[in-house]
Amino acid sequence: MALLQITEPGQAVDPHQRKRAAGIDLGTTNSLIASVRSGRAETLADLQGAHLTPSVVRYLAEGGVEVGAQALAAASEDPLNTIVSVKRFMGRGLADIKTLGERLPYVFTQAEEGMPRLRVVSGDVSPVEISAEILRHLSERGAKTLGGELDGVVITVPAYFDDAQRQATRDAARLAGLNVYRLLNEPTAAAVAYGLDSGTQGVIAVYDLGGGTFDISLLRLNRGVFEVLATGGNSALGGDDFDQCIATWLIEQAGFTEQISHGQFRRLMTEARRIKEVLSMNDSVDVSIDIEGLKYSGTFKRVVFDALIGDLVADSLKACRRVVRDAGVSIDDIQSVVLVGGSTRVPLVRAEVSRFFAAEPLHNIDPDKVVAVGAAIQANILAGNKPDSDMLLLDVLPLSLGLETVGGLVEKIIHRNTAIPVSRAQEFTTYKDGQSAMLIHVVQGERERVQDCRSLARFELRGIPPMVAGAARISVVFQVDADGLLSVSATEMSTGVESQIVVKPSYGLTDNEITQMLKASFEFAEEDVKLRSLTEAQVEATSVVNAVAAAMAKDAEALLSADEIKALEAAMVALRAVLDSDDLQVILDEMGRLGAASDEFAARRMNASVKGALAGHQVEEFEIEQKD
Amino acid sequence: MTNMNLQENFFAIFQLPMAYGVDIVALDSRYRELQRSVHPDRHVDASDQDKRLAMQWTTVVNEAHTTLRSPLKRAIYLLKMQQVNIEANPDLDPVFLMSQIELREELESLGSGDEGLASLDVFKARLNEALTQLEADFTSQFEHDLAAAAQTTVYKMQFFVKLADEADRLEEKLLDY
Repeated sequence: MALLQITEPGQAVDPHQRKRAAGIDLGTTNSLIASVRSGRAETLADLQGAHLTPSVVRYLAEGGVEVGAQALAAASEDPLNTIVSVKRFMGRGLADIKTLGERLPYVFTQAEEGMPRLRVVSGDVSPVEISAEILRHLSERGAKTLGGELDGVVITVPAYFDDAQRQATRDAARLAGLNVYRLLNEPTAAAVAYGLDSGTQGVIAVYDLGGGTFDISLLRLNRGVFEVLATGGNSALGGDDFDQCIATWLIEQAGFTEQISHGQFRRLMTEARRIKEVLSMNDSVDVSIDIEGLKYSGTFKRVVFDALIGDLVADSLKACRRVVRDAGVSIDDIQSVVLVGGSTRVPLVRAEVSRFFAAEPLHNIDPDKVVAVGAAIQANILAGNKPDSDMLLLDVLPLSLGLETVGGLVEKIIHRNTAIPVSRAQEFTTYKDGQSAMLIHVVQGERERVQDCRSLARFELRGIPPMVAGAARISVVFQVDADGLLSVSATEMSTGVESQIVVKPSYGLTDNEITQMLKASFEFAEEDVKLRSLTEAQVEATSVVNAVAAAMAKDAEALLSADEIKALEAAMVALRAVLDSDDLQVILDEMGRLGAASDEFAARRMNASVKGALAGHQVEEFEIEQKD
Repeated sequence: MTNMNLQENFFAIFQLPMAYGVDIVALDSRYRELQRSVHPDRHVDASDQDKRLAMQWTTVVNEAHTTLRSPLKRAIYLLKMQQVNIEANPDLDPVFLMSQIELREELESLGSGDEGLASLDVFKARLNEALTQLEADFTSQFEHDLAAAAQTTVYKMQFFVKLADEADRLEEKLLDY
């Protein structure tokens, strides 16, 4: 039952109020936003009734941007300022972008370090900023439809995205002012959408061929738990490549040998996409084009299309075979195959996937919407709107993490398909007498040589005390969190010299850059910023006190001594006394004291809950074991 | 009352008897039960303190699950619990080492194409058989407190697991992944 809730401005909201949570599918070609409303997850339409928003951003000469269909319409007349498929550039360096093998109309610029930028009429913009425009556009739609600012979102990324690409996505969300509950892998999201609808149990495969990326994941479903067994794919294979094949074929058929202009190329790609879409339903399509001298007319048959894309589809199946092996299952174990992404409408793709998995693939949820729908379901649960839900997603690291060792070789620290969160420590030593610093180079990928893997970060551990070669013991700890994001810390064991870094990808934005952009985009007056953080601190302090009070009401008697209860209560009283203070520092100090005082209590509660998790069915299962 | 804590041994976390033979079905289902209470997604709204604990616990549960699920890692872990460490360069029986060299040479000469893949399948089956035998050896050695013998068995397992990894890499090459 949803009652209308009215709160005084600046007051903490009732924790039981339903949160405005949404799932966002930030796609290469199209993006969507979805939310659970009246118990049903559905995508949200814009004012024109469109659910899919083309992932296109146009920068206007007079300032400002257009996003979506409006921007796409201008793609051929204003190609340089209209950025299409920006997702392909996320977390990539200039060199990577060049190897995408496309005719890109954009002018790239690059500072010495960091990510490349695209030159548009209003200045240079990074892929992160462009993506943030799309996210902002979608979240505004969400806020309008749901009747207020979003409390939090789940944003989907291809499972195969590496750390740099995930960081870039998170940065874009931050720039768009969104609170991200979780980055969710697209195939997992699709499985959630299907799993909850049909109550499937067993192993399922999710074949996700989008505009620019291909993912294949195997998941085991068991009473609400979605466990990713293995994932793989190709982050540079998608439906855009099909269009490219058609475009190239048309150029050949037209006998066109001159340099293709940007405008021509855009129009050619639009025509190629139309041909592809018609061929998804018909065996042939009549083509008649005259694009500034590039002329062709004739009948384009599906068999020709199938031949053109045959190798690309075969590439995707190769990745499928590998994932089946990595998951340690056989094809027979796979109960169903879910198709995701608009490109799975291509008949050859459906036929080949069906043949490979020996199963008729599921596609009763619109393949363009299924990821957003799954993300919305997860967002709704993470927001706490469905406290009795038993759904839980257990994901894996998509690509191995390693360190550079002597001779440019990679030493793998965490292998791909390891369940996350995960942490691994590795010890290293010095190779020279008196060596005081050590360079650590973190890479991601499966290949043996550093140059074939993606460079994530380089950092230096300084201040190693002078010792003979081999005497120092440097422990490097990799921690990957539930979003698949990595942080690394290193400690010299005999002296405790520590350096902690959050891995900033080689092509990422620095924190400072993000701060600068935030400043530029919001242009907050300084007073506002101060006021804002005071209000935020008051709200947070209130929720901290409430959380501790609730925990004490439940567990204090069982887990704390009388003295401990007294100390905690004193800290709570102290914080409550300053809740209305307008001195930010005083609130922060008391909050810190309560935090320190409740540390041990929090640990004991978590420990007790772990113990409790297995308590229920302990006895009967133990009896079974004894029979063995 | 007794509490679990982060330093608890992996068998205790899963409430399984400390033995080499592990009921994988029970292990997997308890893994899911534990994740339901510790996973960060279950603590999205919690304090930073609770979030950190959730992440630490989930990390430990994942590590424990991986360790207990792998026959080699489980064996090494059991020995470590008995203060038996695994050396980096152990002395091994020359006859065993010789047989490893021969297996390695055999792997390198398996050939390519479909024929190579077929002989690779046979080769991998043999490795699996050898590993199953070693696991049986370890079970009885561990039960009878024959620490030194169990340690040697682990060294042999390591050789076979490494060889199996190389066989997998060859397979990837033959299948052109």
